[in-house]
Amino acid sequence: MSIVVDRISKRFGGFTALSDVSLEIGAGNLTALLGPSGGGKSTLLRIVAGLEHPDSGAVHIDGRDVTWLRPQQRDIGFVFQHYAAFGHLSVFRNVAFGLEIRKRPRDEIRRRVTDLLELVHLEAFADRLPSQLSGGQRQRMALARALAVEPRVLLLDEPFGALDTGVRRELRDWLRRLHDEIPVTTVLVTHDQEEALEVADEIAVVNEGRVEQIGSPELLYDRPASEFVMGFLGPVTRLGGALVRPHDIDLGAEAVDGAVPGVVRRVSRVGAEVRIEALTTDGTVVVHLGRAAAAGAPLEPGAEVWLRPMAPERIALGAV
Amino acid sequence: MAEPATVERVERDRRRARPTPVGRLAVRWVVIAYVVALVLVPVVMVGWRTFEGGVGEVWDALRQPEVLHAFSVTGIAAGVSVLLNLVFGVGVSLLIVRHRFRGRELLSRLIDLPLSVSPVVAGLALIFVYGRFGWFGGALDSLGVQVVFAMPGIVLATVFVSLPLVVREVAPVLEEIGTEQEEAAATLGASPSQTFWRITLPSIKWAVAYGVVLSLARAMGEFGAVKVVTAGGVVGSTQTVTSLVEQKYGEFEQVTAYSASLVLAVVAVICLVVITVIRRKEQPS
Repeated sequence: MSIVVDRISKRFGGFTALSDVSLEIGAGNLTALLGPSGGGKSTLLRIVAGLEHPDSGAVHIDGRDVTWLRPQQRDIGFVFQHYAAFGHLSVFRNVAFGLEIRKRPRDEIRRRVTDLLELVHLEAFADRLPSQLSGGQRQRMALARALAVEPRVLLLDEPFGALDTGVRRELRDWLRRLHDEIPVTTVLVTHDQEEALEVADEIAVVNEGRVEQIGSPELLYDRPASEFVMGFLGPVTRLGGALVRPHDIDLGAEAVDGAVPGVVRRVSRVGAEVRIEALTTDGTVVVHLGRAAAAGAPLEPGAEVWLRPMAPERIALGAV
Repeated sequence: MAEPATVERVERDRRRARPTPVGRLAVRWVVIAYVVALVLVPVVMVGWRTFEGGVGEVWDALRQPEVLHAFSVTGIAAGVSVLLNLVFGVGVSLLIVRHRFRGRELLSRLIDLPLSVSPVVAGLALIFVYGRFGWFGGALDSLGVQVVFAMPGIVLATVFVSLPLVVREVAPVLEEIGTEQEEAAATLGASPSQTFWRITLPSIKWAVAYGVVLSLARAMGEFGAVKVVTAGGVVGSTQTVTSLVEQKYGEFEQVTAYSASLVLAVVAVICLVVITVIRRKEQPS
């Protein structure tokens, strides 16, 4: 059930949403399309779903060219950011919709919908209307509705974007567990790098209508192909002309090889992390230290410090 | 520096913040008097004058063949034009909300035209086009189809004046519900027609009902455009209720004129009640 996107281009009037994008999404994987809004990731997902058609290029699902098929002919499940709940139908009828369209026998529909409502913990809400559910519950209903027709691929367009942080985290974990149970090829569009890093098997970073890099979360985080990817996946700061992560900087009172001198300007504590702004000759550098490392460092504003990017072996040591 | 807050000062500010009771009462009574003089008194007068000679007289007046015929003409014209407006109105709404094409904005403005054009002008325009010496009139005439001075003309005139009512109710609701539900239905396997019947129509049904009731009220009361295309209406043939009222009133058959008017007014009030109920239903969703 792999998805192959082959040299897709799409323009909306004068705006180029996608230019010559190629991408391969492995069968059974959970792949995140990650990028800033307006970067083209949603358009790409909608083209895979058949909700938009490309100006050029082709889409193959499971080896079949589906570029010009209507959405209803593609065997997909799609989940929208704002749930797209059928407001006039009960939760049960929402989930049953695809099965009713396929004219499945009544008792099969009842059985399957009951199972799915149990899976998404909504069995007690079967007779409610979507307007009587919370956002998180509505989105779980939308997921059950998409899964009901046993789609070959599941496409999620910013599915947690409209939810509160707590609910968002909970649903994210739940989605990961669900995917481990039912390994249907899944594509998740998100602008939240934490969400992508936490949930996805593979991440494709999409920006300005192009795929910047595709790979495992570890690869993208540790070996970003561009400054954009590095900056989008996590915090960055510039030290001695190079882009580094603030937590990959050593801060000490003594001069060591390869260290840059600086003066502490501001110190703030955010939970277990201490964030330091230091002024060097090249500008301000941001350093993040753990509590233990911060305890031994000279952190008074005005203190003179030495800053050094950690060597790769040092990163490896730190991970042990 | 701010004035120190004393009990007297707070009391004074509170008095100033509120409109004076006299001013408030004056505004209220002017508005009430205006509505009573313009709407309530005339409508009540119609009812009162109708029954001045007793119920029997009204009953006899309404049972005259020409009156019954006028009601059937108005009923058929209103029914057919409401049906046309329903189908056409929903179709046009879908077109201007769901599709992007050249001239869309122009079409949308054209739909509103009947609201601003005088019905008399509309009637004349229809004669120019469909009359015997109009654009299509000759061709239609040779096929044996008479539009002007006949039922089709009455229906056309009525459709023309009530054209925007369904569209103006349905289009904003379509805009508001957006396309996501329809797209979701498509991804779940629904064809465009299944999506329309199962998803779109249930979402706009109250707006459609509202538009239909408004169209009906408008169609029943239409006078100017119909009068022009029927040249005043032929008694027992193309005369509508509104023309009948005008004619009977002119001939001093007041009871007939008042009775027919009252029936129109009652239908309008029923429409109003139905609209109010629909409005309530539309609110929560």
